[in-house]
Formats: sequence, C-alpha cells, structure tokens
Amino acid sequence: MELHGIFEYFGSLIDKIGLPGFWEFLVDNTLIAAVLLGVLSVMALFLVWWERKVSAHMQDRLGPMRTGWHGVLQTLADGMKLLQKEDITPTGVDRGVFFWAPVIVFATTFLAYVPIPWGEKLIPADLNIGILYILAITTFTVIALLMAGWGSNNKWALLGGMRSAAQIISYEVPLTLSIMGVLIFAESLSMQSIVKSQAGFFDWYVFRQPLGFLIFLVASTAEVNRTPFDLPEAEQELVAGFNVEYSGMKFAMFFLAEFLNMFTASAIAVTLFFGGWNGPLLPSWVWFLGKTLVIVFILMWFRWTYPRLRVDHLMEFAWKWLLPLAFLNLILTGIGVYLWDALVGK
Amino acid sequence: MDEERVARQIAETEGISFDSGFPTEEFMVNMGPQHPSTHGVCRLLLSMDGENVKSVQPHIGYLHRAIEKICENRTYAQIVPYTDRFEYVTSMACNWVYCKAVEQLSNIEITERSEYIRVIMLELNRIASHLIFLGTFGLDLGAVTPFLYCLREREWIMDLYESVCGQRLLYNYIRIGGVSRDLPVGWEKKCIEFVDYFEPIIDDYEELLTYNPIFLTRTRNVGILPKDMAIDYACSGPVLRGSGVQWDLRVDDPFGVYDKFDFEIPTGTVGDTWDRYIVRIREMRQSSRIIRQAVEGLPEGTCVAKAKPTFKAPEGEYYQRLESSRGEIGCYVISKGEKKPWRVKLRGASYNHLMALPEICKGIKIADLVAIFASFDAVMPEVDR
Repeated sequence: MELHGIFEYFGSLIDKIGLPGFWEFLVDNTLIAAVLLGVLSVMALFLVWWERKVSAHMQDRLGPMRTGWHGVLQTLADGMKLLQKEDITPTGVDRGVFFWAPVIVFATTFLAYVPIPWGEKLIPADLNIGILYILAITTFTVIALLMAGWGSNNKWALLGGMRSAAQIISYEVPLTLSIMGVLIFAESLSMQSIVKSQAGFFDWYVFRQPLGFLIFLVASTAEVNRTPFDLPEAEQELVAGFNVEYSGMKFAMFFLAEFLNMFTASAIAVTLFFGGWNGPLLPSWVWFLGKTLVIVFILMWFRWTYPRLRVDHLMEFAWKWLLPLAFLNLILTGIGVYLWDALVGK
Repeated sequence: MDEERVARQIAETEGISFDSGFPTEEFMVNMGPQHPSTHGVCRLLLSMDGENVKSVQPHIGYLHRAIEKICENRTYAQIVPYTDRFEYVTSMACNWVYCKAVEQLSNIEITERSEYIRVIMLELNRIASHLIFLGTFGLDLGAVTPFLYCLREREWIMDLYESVCGQRLLYNYIRIGGVSRDLPVGWEKKCIEFVDYFEPIIDDYEELLTYNPIFLTRTRNVGILPKDMAIDYACSGPVLRGSGVQWDLRVDDPFGVYDKFDFEIPTGTVGDTWDRYIVRIREMRQSSRIIRQAVEGLPEGTCVAKAKPTFKAPEGEYYQRLESSRGEIGCYVISKGEKKPWRVKLRGASYNHLMALPEICKGIKIADLVAIFASFDAVMPEVDR
C-alpha cells in the first residue's frame, strides 16, 4: 500500500476548496509539517523503547515489561511524567540561552527531515540541494549544545558543551567528504535523484563506496553523540554533560532529539548507500523504514558493546585517520570515474 | 598601559595566565561526593585546565560511622556484625580478620573444618568483589553491558551465601571460634557447580574487554604506579601486584589453611590501569582453583563456634592481617582483660590506595582519572570506617 495516494487525495481536496494561492500553500505545508511532527514524535518514542529493549536483551534482562505489551507504552508514560514535572530554571543560568538551547536542538532535528525521502513520492520537499541542506542544518545542533553547556552555568555542562563542539566540528569534515564519493556517482544533490540512481540491488552505492560507507557510519555515530563517541554526555565522567541542569520537558527535548538524530543519520545512510526506498514487492515506505531501522540497530549494537573513547584519542582518530581516508576515498573515486568515462564511455 | 600592567599583576597573584593571548584560569571542580564514578561518597577536588587535570585532592570522611569507637562499647561477640559494615563488598574477610585477632588474643582453637569453610567463603567473596570491580570498571569506561553480566554471576554467589547464613551482603557468618552454622546438605555440590560454570565465563568477559582496542587505548600506560611508589604508599593487594610486586599475604604471611592449597599469584608488569585489571581477572581464576581444592579436601567434623556470648579476653594486644579482595586488611585489638576490648583499630587497603591517587594523577585527562579511580577499586566505608 503506497501512502502517497492518501496524501494526494487530501491534496486534491484542498485544491477543490479553491483557496487563494498563498493560503493553499500555507495550509498544504502546515499539514505536511503536522504529519511529519506526528510521525517523528511517535518514531522517537518507539526508538527509546526499542533501545531499552535491545540493550536489555543484550544484557540478559527483559527491559520494560509492565506498561502495555512488552512495555511499548513505557516511553509514553515517561514522557507524560516529564511533561508534568516542574520546569526548573536554576539560579545563575543565562536565562535566554538556557531556554532556547533545547528548542533549537528540537527544531533543527525536525528541519533535517525536510528533504528525506520516505517513499517513492513521499517526501516533504524534494530540494535540489537536498543533502547539502541536511548537512548544513544538522550542524546547528552543535550551537544548541554549546548554548546548553554555556548557559547552564555549570562546569560539567560547560565541559560537555565544549566537547560536543570540538567533536561535531571535527567529524563534520570526514562525514561531508565521505558523502562526496556518492555525489560523484549520483551527479545530483537531490535526495530523490540519488535514490532513483540506485534502482537495482547492485546499484547500491555501498558496493561502489564501501570505504565511504564505513567512514560515514563512524563519523555519523560521532555526529549523533553515541557510544563509543558519546563524550559530550559521558555519564561517568561529566555526570550528564551538557544537559546536567535540564529537567522536565526541556530534558525530554534533548533526549528525543538525540534519538531522532540517530534516526536521521540512519536515514541518510540508507538514502545514500542502501538504495533508499527501492525494493521489490513491499511498498516503498516499508523498505525505507526497514532499512533505516537495521542501521539504527547497528548503532545500538555499537553502543552496548564498546567502551568510550578518550577525548584526545577521539580527535586523533578524526584528523589522523578518518580525514586522510576520506580524502583518499574521494580522490580514488574521482580518478576511477574519470578513467571509466574515458575508457568505457558513459 | 599602566592599567594593563596592574591587571597582569592582579592576574599573576590570582594564578590567571595570559599565555595564549586570552586570560585563562585554572578552575576547581568538585567531583563528588555525589558523582557516578566516585563509587560512593568520595569527593575529589580537581584543579583543571580544560580537560586536563592539574591536581587531585581526595576529601574523605563522608561515610565515617565511628565503627572503631562503637567497638569499644560492645562485647567481643557483639562486634562481629559491625565488622560486616567495615567493608561490605568483602565482608567475609572483615569477619574473619576480627575473629582471628580475638582468637589469637584469647588462645581459642578452631577446628580444621571451620578453617576450610572460612577459606571457601573468603575466596567466593573475592570473586564476588572482583566481579563488582570488573562491572564498575567497564561502566566507568562507558561499557555498560559487562556490568550486567557480572552482577548475574555475583547473584549465584549471593544465593550460595544466602543458603549458608541467610544473608546476601552482610553475612555475620564467621564467628569467634568457628562459623555460625555448618554448611547445608548438598552445598558443596552447588558450590562446585558454580565454579564449573564460572571458570569458562571469565573468558567471555575477556573477549568483551581485555584486548578490545578502545579498552586498550583507554587503559594501557594510563595511571602508571611504579613499583617503589606503590611500596612507599603501602599499597597492597591487586594494586601492588599490578605494579609487579609479588606480595600476597595468603603466601607471604599465611593465615588459615592457605598453605595447603596450590595456586599462583598473578602480577602485572608496568603498573598501569590495564595491569591492575588483568591481575584481578587472573585472581578470579586462581580463587576458583582454591575453592575447588578446598571443597574437595573439606574435612568432616564440627565447625560451629562454641565461644560464650560474653567472655573476658586476657590482657594483651594482637594485630591480625589478611589478604582481602582489595589488599591487606588488618585488625588491631587491645584488651585490658575485660569483656569489652579497650581499643579496636581497623586497617583498610583502599585508604592507602586513595592517598596514592594525587601522585599519579598529575597532567592526565579527566576520563583517565575516572579509569584510574575505578582501577583502584576503592570502597569508601573501608576508607572512612
């Protein structure tokens, strides 16, 4: 069952009402945003529950079992609890910065979903600069984390914020370079055309860009602050890092944004390297979700297996290993494509 | 210009440096008493330059319960439960060291069977304690999963203890003149079952951590405690052996029936965090060996303590020490010939280890501090008493 039929039906209904152009545009986009918000909120709740389940089963436990079937409603219950908590603003914080940090984290996380293709025609907006837009918008997270660390007026939080700034900026470089290889093949920045260019199984870019994919996976794990790169919120070192002073719904915003970022990273990986929504028989959105959740599972697997890196090793790894490798990958890809075009022809 | 000079002068007196072009300042951070990695209520006052730790100053005393003073107002038999609280992760050793001191002081003979049972209990407790170490060490390095596995195995030991003395943490099992009750029927078999299960499981832990590249970079050559420094600070147990000193009271100052068993003393080479970790892993294997030998050689006979609830120890003093899971713990009892001891002094190994911390924590990263602290396996009640 392809979902875009439903959306097209509602779209045509709005058309029939005969609103003036501007209002139609506004209603259209508001509805898309609302649907996206709903889907992503449910997705975040699901991911938190899933992470708890995955970790529990890896650790010989059962995890949440009481709220709903196998605890599926656990995150919802936790969210309701956090919603009811008093919104504490500690004395001595920089109020404006402290307030806006979780908002920016949450907003940028959602904004990154604008050009992500969920299905064949299921995409909020197929921007022609798609992937560039995502890279640009996700970098905003670092500003928000820095704001949270600085605004909290807490030394642990400041250390966490500084760590996240250093880490995300360092890993942004190999991440971007690893994507370049794919872009050489796809010859487009638009997410939909990248997906369409890998229609068959063997057209998946992971086969042409194995090194690129590995660099992307490692760098995006660092980008979304997950173990072994979860230094900004290293619980055992920095108590909770940048979000140590946050409670209630503000904390929940950081928390949900973290899980959504993980989903974003996996969705980009699937779109760029695993053929996006391409797949036989099943509807395209099922393929997209399925593939993305597999990558999410791999990220969770990392988290519950490895210890955490140290901050200087982390930097060394980014600048001394990932960056040269990413350059090598890019150069080799470029030469390869050039030679292929010259010798075999397009 | 004059203003800048004055500003610099003020800055110099307050320790602010202008080296990088910006005014920078070392900042003090309180790590603890409520911090996830200080294992209880230790408070470390850190002087930091960004991520780098300039100096560490441990502050202790948040768990002081005046156990030694309480002991002066209790009869000899009443003191035994208090020794449980002295170091609750290896409380069998604390029971034993106190009872042994009083027994030596008042010339109380104990049977061969109770000696063997004491050995089994202490070695089981050593495994349980090292499992806690292994779990929390991984946890402090960010590897959460081994912790759960370790507690799963420890649970089995707790069950064994529960069936012997009805307690899971504070046993009050070893009494003056023996133990509180004999082993239940079939307990030996269950104990061997556990050892059979446990010995191969240690390999699984090693697969998870020992040669993991991230784990190695986090622990190798981190927090090196050289041999002579370890001796100078009177370190003992796995911390001392990690530095390459072969010193184990079970061999060097044998107590109980340890001279009858065949086991090795693992030692490290460099004295870094990894060495202290691997020494404990190997000790778990040796402890399993000792348990196996002790259960197989367990003699028949009585073992239940027959000492009267109140008795007068003869005038004199005695210091007994033994090898606990963290190192040398000792009990110094002075008697004036009354029903109550005149003075009881308890020695905990963690106290000395904690004092060595500032020395080896100069110019390290804060993440290393967490790793080093965890590798010392300090337990705060033992420090504060």
